Amino acid sequence: MNIVSVQNVSKSYWRDSLEIPVLHDISFEVPEGEFLGLMGPSGSGKTTLLNLIAGIDQPSKGSLVVAGTDVAKLSESQLAKWRAQNVGFVFQFYNLLPVLTAFENVELPLFLSKLSKKERKEHVEFTLKVVGLEDRMNHYPKQLSGGQEQRVAIARAIVSDPTLLIADEPTGDLDKTSAEEILKLLVQLNTEFKKTIVMVTHDPRAAERAHVIKHLDKGELT
Amino acid sequence: MHIIKLIIKNMLRHKLRTLLTILGIAIAVVAFGLLRTVVTAWYAGVDASSANRLITRHSVSFIFPLPLAYKDRISNIDGVEKVTFSNWFGGVYIDKKQFFARLAVDPETFFDVYPELIIPKEHLEAFKRERNACVIGEQLVQRYNLKIGDIIPIEGDIYPGRWEFVIRGIYKPRDKTTDPSNMLIQWQYLEERMKQETPSRAGYVGWYITQIKDPNNSAFISSEIDQQFKNSPAETKSETERAFQQSFMASVSAIITAMDVMSFVIIGIILLVLGNTMVMSARERVREYAVLKTLGFSTFHLVGLIGGESLIIAVTGGIIGIGLAFPMIDGFSAILPKGWFPIFNLEPITLLLASISALLVGFLASVFPIQRALSTKIVDGLRQVG
Repeated sequence: MNIVSVQNVSKSYWRDSLEIPVLHDISFEVPEGEFLGLMGPSGSGKTTLLNLIAGIDQPSKGSLVVAGTDVAKLSESQLAKWRAQNVGFVFQFYNLLPVLTAFENVELPLFLSKLSKKERKEHVEFTLKVVGLEDRMNHYPKQLSGGQEQRVAIARAIVSDPTLLIADEPTGDLDKTSAEEILKLLVQLNTEFKKTIVMVTHDPRAAERAHVIKHLDKGELT
Repeated sequence: MHIIKLIIKNMLRHKLRTLLTILGIAIAVVAFGLLRTVVTAWYAGVDASSANRLITRHSVSFIFPLPLAYKDRISNIDGVEKVTFSNWFGGVYIDKKQFFARLAVDPETFFDVYPELIIPKEHLEAFKRERNACVIGEQLVQRYNLKIGDIIPIEGDIYPGRWEFVIRGIYKPRDKTTDPSNMLIQWQYLEERMKQETPSRAGYVGWYITQIKDPNNSAFISSEIDQQFKNSPAETKSETERAFQQSFMASVSAIITAMDVMSFVIIGIILLVLGNTMVMSARERVREYAVLKTLGFSTFHLVGLIGGESLIIAVTGGIIGIGLAFPMIDGFSAILPKGWFPIFNLEPITLLLASISALLVGFLASVFPIQRALSTKIVDGLRQVG
């Protein structure tokens, strides 16, 4: 079963009256449980494609079915709800809320669920244990290292058990050791917890961990 | 952790900025309360006016007296219930800064026409019995630590000479709008001294106060009174007590209007102070709002987050401001020359206006940041640096 089905997707941005094409007629599929690596030079459209799959941007043309839903047809509010239930997003720069502790950051997506306070606590503690940060729950982002921050971000992405995990350059801001730990964690999530992962990366060592690698250049799959 | 907790944490992110904003709002609310209180105090006499009382004065000016003989003629007009009269006595008590109204009145009728001045029966009887007796408001009792039997010496100006009055009665105001700082002396005592010292000034009163049966007839009865004395040496001008009080306000109406406008300009300033804080906060958090949207947080959540922060800051500032307004107004009242504003209270309407203003400002200050946060696309927000 395919979790992601991209069919003839194009995306353009407009700057004043000038159309700037970013993606041209992209088609591919991601089966359930796959770990897909998207590679390509800067400006090739990797992050744009990732944003489309994650439902935080809309394609100009084509069909984009993710977790059984044609995301191109959803309204803003429907997309917000859909993202909360289906997608976990890991950013290059972690994007943790600085005023919240690691526990509170991970707990954030669960406020959109119907879980009780006790259930939320159990979920958060379990997830932080999975990423190896059970002893850093009450630390604020500024009290954590880059690698630890990214692990909190991964915990936040998976705490609501999404269908799809999207990672945009997850090791791009980390040193070699921390990057290695994050990649191991992603592989663990893919193998042990059967998470489907789509990861954009520049790093060939990171891409090696993916089952499938697709290359983008000038908005086209090569 | 609820959204409230996140709001509080966001508020405390820049503690100094939030504190200064709250203080700014608090000070503005104090200023608003003070200005409104001054305006209200100025209008106190107008607000305390009775609908069924008419004031008849000399048509040329309030300072010219009217013959005592007018009393009976006014009493005979249809629709008139009671007539009394009063005279501005003036004089200096202790020094010129000790200001309060000193009026010569007719003890037989004055308190019937002014039921809002509540005086014990035995005090009134004692006042009527003694020519040099006086009745004072309870505020004067507190201000000068006076009691029944004390003598109040007055250095006369309009009525020259040294005067001594024995306190025989103390009245209480019926409500907050009634002036509790009047000193009332017997007109007859004044009259007797004028007959001895300046006979040409005897037989005159300052103005008449007419109690009418139906306030709807005030215009007609006023006209009837004035008709009675047309072409006489002392023509009259009659009007409702409210109109009479308002005529005193005419000379300072520009100042009062300016204060009135200023009190609302202050609300605008609060709006700008809080609006600036909220715009700065929202601009710093564009990326965070994009992250929250990515996680699935809806428009409703973002409105709650930004609007809630704005409202909490505004309400906190408003509460502190209202709390500070009471001692500030008391302090202001204490430094004013005694008697300037006999009624100088923070009125419930002022409190209500200040509270509504704080809420409104909290709401309005969040409109632009909310609009900006909602209209920014997630992909644009995530690109935002800082």
